[in-house]
Amino acid sequence: MAAKPKPKEKAPTGRVNSPKQLEALRAAIVARKNPKKPCIALCVGTGCLAYGCVDILQAFKNEITKQKLENSVDVRGTGCPGFCERGALLTIYPQGVFYQRVRIEDVPEIVNETIVKGRVISRLLYQDPNTKQHYEKEADVPFYSRQMRLLLDANSKIDPTSIEDYIGIGGYSALAKVLFQIKPEQVIDKVKKSGLRGRGGGGFPTGNKWQSTRDAEGDIKYVICNCDEGDPGAFMDRSLMEGNPHSVLEGMIIGAYAIGSHEGYVYIRHEYPMAVENVMMAIKQAESKGLLGTNILGSGFHFKLKVSRGGGAFVCGESTALMASLEGKVGEPRAKYVHTSEKGLYNRPSNLNNVETWANIPHIMLKGADWFSGIGTMTSKGTKIFSLVGKVNNTGLIEVPMGMKLRDIVFGIGGGIRDGKKFKAVQTGGPSGGFIPESHLDIAVDFDELTRVGSMMGSGAMIVTDENTCMVDMAKYFVNFLQEESCGKCLPCREGLKRMIQILTDITDGKGRDEDIELLERLAATLKDASLCALGQTAANPVLTTIRYFRDEYEAHIKEHRCPAGVCKPLITYSIINEKCPGCGKCVEPCPTKAITFVAKKQPVILDQEKCIKCGTCYDICNLKAVAIK
Amino acid sequence: MPSSIAEIVKKYDRDKGQLVSILQDIQTEHHYLPKEALDEVVSLLGVPASQVYSVATFFKAFSLTPRGRHVIKVCLGTACHVRGAAKVVEKMELDLGIKRTETTPDLRYTLETVNCVGCCALGPMVMIDEKYHGQITSDKVSPLLAKYE
Repeated sequence: MAAKPKPKEKAPTGRVNSPKQLEALRAAIVARKNPKKPCIALCVGTGCLAYGCVDILQAFKNEITKQKLENSVDVRGTGCPGFCERGALLTIYPQGVFYQRVRIEDVPEIVNETIVKGRVISRLLYQDPNTKQHYEKEADVPFYSRQMRLLLDANSKIDPTSIEDYIGIGGYSALAKVLFQIKPEQVIDKVKKSGLRGRGGGGFPTGNKWQSTRDAEGDIKYVICNCDEGDPGAFMDRSLMEGNPHSVLEGMIIGAYAIGSHEGYVYIRHEYPMAVENVMMAIKQAESKGLLGTNILGSGFHFKLKVSRGGGAFVCGESTALMASLEGKVGEPRAKYVHTSEKGLYNRPSNLNNVETWANIPHIMLKGADWFSGIGTMTSKGTKIFSLVGKVNNTGLIEVPMGMKLRDIVFGIGGGIRDGKKFKAVQTGGPSGGFIPESHLDIAVDFDELTRVGSMMGSGAMIVTDENTCMVDMAKYFVNFLQEESCGKCLPCREGLKRMIQILTDITDGKGRDEDIELLERLAATLKDASLCALGQTAANPVLTTIRYFRDEYEAHIKEHRCPAGVCKPLITYSIINEKCPGCGKCVEPCPTKAITFVAKKQPVILDQEKCIKCGTCYDICNLKAVAIK
Repeated sequence: MPSSIAEIVKKYDRDKGQLVSILQDIQTEHHYLPKEALDEVVSLLGVPASQVYSVATFFKAFSLTPRGRHVIKVCLGTACHVRGAAKVVEKMELDLGIKRTETTPDLRYTLETVNCVGCCALGPMVMIDEKYHGQITSDKVSPLLAKYE
């Protein structure tokens, strides 16, 4: 039943009014691009901003102009490829040469050598610190070769501020397919069948959530994207929103179609200025192309999207608190006897999903539910993005299939612990997550396994700690964080966390009592039973897991008044190791209390314990590790 | 030319739901939320003053007192914490002679702590105004501060 060949569709310049026009536009974009033309793609994500990537990008543009290469070389700022530790990061296409730790001084050499003469500068290649091997291509670097980058891959390939770049790599084709070939119910079935679970932390099956919002009564329904990534240590949502905002929008429009919603919100942290800017720009572009707004792609379906900025409250990541904030109120959660899928924003059926969840949707629609459920474990499907940070060699954003061994993540991708120190634990799941010790490093990372060992998936932060991290101090840190972020509605959370801080502070000050550990456990049980929202219910996790796995550290603080990791100030002293100190005097001037006295060259400096405030400046500044902490 | 409160409110179609965004814009304009500005928001949006005040005090991003020319945000997120962010903020307090959340009497600096700026791989992170500074240790604090007049 082949149709008569129709005249070829012309690529539209403004609105795209049909799937055919979208394909014509895509063909035109691809045709304009010469795959052989060299392109310098530099990460301009927030992480690399700290390395001065904006100036580096400008320097490349200037150098290209200076050498009159404007027409033969493209320079492009891209989203975050994830290897933040090694920024500024750049890839030169079509060869795919990957340079790391690029500084502004390197710019002329890169243009002269690699672009003009085609020579690789080995100094800028990634070198494995253990094997000393150099790697030329990004995909071969061990940090990348063990990953499966379904969502993150496009980040380094497109300019996030260009909708044409996104369309050029197949963007919005999932939307076109859904709107014209799949009924809303079937879309939901597909999502259910894929086994996709919410990436914001809860791990609730996405398809079921969509179904209940679709089934809920009401003419007006909302679709909301949660980009209030308040979880310290996690930045995958920021990276996706900055690096590929259209993929999130496409997922949301598909979701709205399936649910029967015509209005949506992106709730995004104010602390992520670049993500706010990029998503706002993406919405404007999608509207002007007719991919968002009224009569999307000529299908008759309409969906309007607004951006709302959060004000820096951790609890607003909780769905009911977020919706309260969207209504212009204080972000306090409410009891969820009635689900937000029935009564959410303005008491109307509302479907909230996390950024990463939304970004998965176009892939599932294009490649199918079976393809997606073929990745991962029995109960957790697909990939998960983790931010691998802390005391690990290769810090950054990684994406792996569910079920990868924790050991392979920390030691394989992460390259082990910095400075040859000893691994202590990985903290996952954000402030209400838990610590996982060495004995559990061989678990397969998915929603259920992490919960089984006392932690949780959360949004996917993985903070690696080493022998110099004090577990009691870490527990105190998290409880303090949650105490500050508690909205104060429920008494156990408001007062219980405060009491926990007092007890933990006593312990780290060396004033702990034998019964304190048991008291902490009792408080933890009350918090779990009597708090309304997940913040309070899970707030004691860091305390419980540290007691469970590192009880000896608590006991060392309480019984021996000793901090084994050398962190808790009242229990430690700094001293100069005379054999190691050459008397260079580098630490003398920076010492804020003038506690260090210079004697003479080749003679160790003297540290006056009376004056020392244990600020650690001398410890940080000494390259020869001649300052000891006891 | 700074936009007036009326213009900001108009930009959001007088939508009560956009209160947080409106306050964000006012704060960007004035570096804090002056009382007169909040009064104007109350009358323009037609919401109770108690609601505007509760939102303005609930969210960490807002300040009801004037802030310094340079706002220093030391990240105390987990990744920065394990790499010694506490020492960085203590050194700042020492150098500036103020505690976190305070402003120097000459209105040159305001010292704040934030929970995460999302640059976790580069901790400890310090943000001064709009600029990001990564891998800051306590010995780098004084030279860094000196760069901001």
